[in-house]
Amino acid sequence: MAAKAFWPVAIALILAAIGLTQLLANEYYFFAAYVVLQFVVLATAWNILGGYTGYVNFGSAAFFAVGAYCSVALIKAFDAPLPVLILAAGAVSGLIGLATGYLTLRLKGVYFAIATLALAIVLETFITNWDFVGGASGTFVLRPKEVWLFDSYIKFLFAVMMVLAVAAVGIARSIERSKLGRGLAAIRDDEVAAECMGVPTLRLKLLATTISGTLMGVAGAPYPYYVTYLDPLSAFNLSYAVNAIAMPMIGGTMTWLGPVVGALLLGTAQQVATVTISSELNLLIVGVMLVGFVILAPEGIVGLVRKTIRRGRRR
Amino acid sequence: MRAWKGPILASRLIIEEVEAGYGAVRVLHGVSMTIDNGETVVLLGTNGNGKSTLIKCIMGMVRPGAGTVVLETDGVGTDLVGKTPQQVVDLGIALVPEGRRLFPALTVEENLMLGAYRPAARRHLDANLAFCYDAFPVLAERHRQLAGSMSGGEQQMLAIARALMSEPEILIVDEPSVGLAPILVSRMIAKIKELKERRSLTVLMAEQNFNQAIKIADRGYIIVHGEIAFRGLEPEALRENELVKRYYLGA
Repeated sequence: MAAKAFWPVAIALILAAIGLTQLLANEYYFFAAYVVLQFVVLATAWNILGGYTGYVNFGSAAFFAVGAYCSVALIKAFDAPLPVLILAAGAVSGLIGLATGYLTLRLKGVYFAIATLALAIVLETFITNWDFVGGASGTFVLRPKEVWLFDSYIKFLFAVMMVLAVAAVGIARSIERSKLGRGLAAIRDDEVAAECMGVPTLRLKLLATTISGTLMGVAGAPYPYYVTYLDPLSAFNLSYAVNAIAMPMIGGTMTWLGPVVGALLLGTAQQVATVTISSELNLLIVGVMLVGFVILAPEGIVGLVRKTIRRGRRR
Repeated sequence: MRAWKGPILASRLIIEEVEAGYGAVRVLHGVSMTIDNGETVVLLGTNGNGKSTLIKCIMGMVRPGAGTVVLETDGVGTDLVGKTPQQVVDLGIALVPEGRRLFPALTVEENLMLGAYRPAARRHLDANLAFCYDAFPVLAERHRQLAGSMSGGEQQMLAIARALMSEPEILIVDEPSVGLAPILVSRMIAKIKELKERRSLTVLMAEQNFNQAIKIADRGYIIVHGEIAFRGLEPEALRENELVKRYYLGA
């Protein structure tokens, strides 16, 4: 995509999404599309740490769930409006991302991944034992009855998630092209060499964990309103972590476009499978596609397309 | 080529009685060295004698257990012990690491840009980039190629150019000859001399290849088992010394 076309296209997408909510009556499409967009945010967020920086986070579900439970707590305590929920969830998850980074970034490779998995378990235990937000049995969340401009709350949530997805992708894209992005790529390629070059590796890694955590929390913030019933088992579901890793891998981890392509493809495939075959098949689809892509297109769909274009030019 | 580089600073590096190691293993036992402004000093020694550890002490990547490493800029001393590598680079010391350590999945140009992470160097980014391409035309030709796909000699050129992008006063080169054919080693050493003169650098070069290294050296030290076994005031002294033959050349 041409560099200048990004933001006009992004705004056009948001407007088109809002337009669709006014035209299409069937709520189900928005119900399904919300999940796909939510995965666009999660995959993009994961990719900032996993793809750009090379640190594999297995605890995406924890950051997502913290965002969701932050919303639950604020709804129960203050009946806070959605924008406040999103900002607060982002802030709390971002702080947890910063803390996680500070505690675990001395670890590398698989050890870092294990540490993030452990974080998810610790946080899940904490939420399970916190009665105010429902504890182990979960809690019901009532949606606001009416919302301006939209005839159903699901349509409204879809539009909100569209805005969040565009914002997340825009953030990832500008990181990629900035000095920060180059520094992160250096850390991914050779951390010691990056340090030799005067790249402030610890500071950049902390920035990456914080931004990544914030975006994951933001993705989780509207979730209680979406499901209306939230329990720790579903919020901390491993499928979020697996999807957040698989989607960028399938799409391609080197660019902002990769996670978007991966999330759209995998997310849509899962939604279609849920309706046509069974909801239990989701993770199987993820697994099969991941294996297939790792073998056939190790650099993801975006990498594969680029390679093909380059080859075509040479001929 | 110096006009844009601002005032010329006189930099000296003074290393005194440095002791360092990894865990229980002591590698350096009271090493002292001085690198004066504008000099090319070589640190000679075979594998495992502490050359790279000493360099890591200067760069802030290994913290010495005792001793001082002081950077003197225009007479003002800064203690480098306890500084992070980033702070050391900001003070004007650049390292060409052993084994090159490029960013293999990034392009030549991206590698060079990363060399310019130092804030002071970013102001002259374009001029420095032009200088590197002028000094190493092959890098200009291949600026969009992935660094990992280049030959060993080209990678070494890129590693040196990347270090120059931080606009250093002092350039530290750790074993530029590793993995290169003899003809390339000779060219690389000549190139370092050329760059040193064009950029008025102060150079510290660690090397195993004695004959090549002393071609451009003003002075040299020989390190054996973590101690300076010999300090040569001029290249001839190094060449003719009995100790050199015994310890270093194995004759």
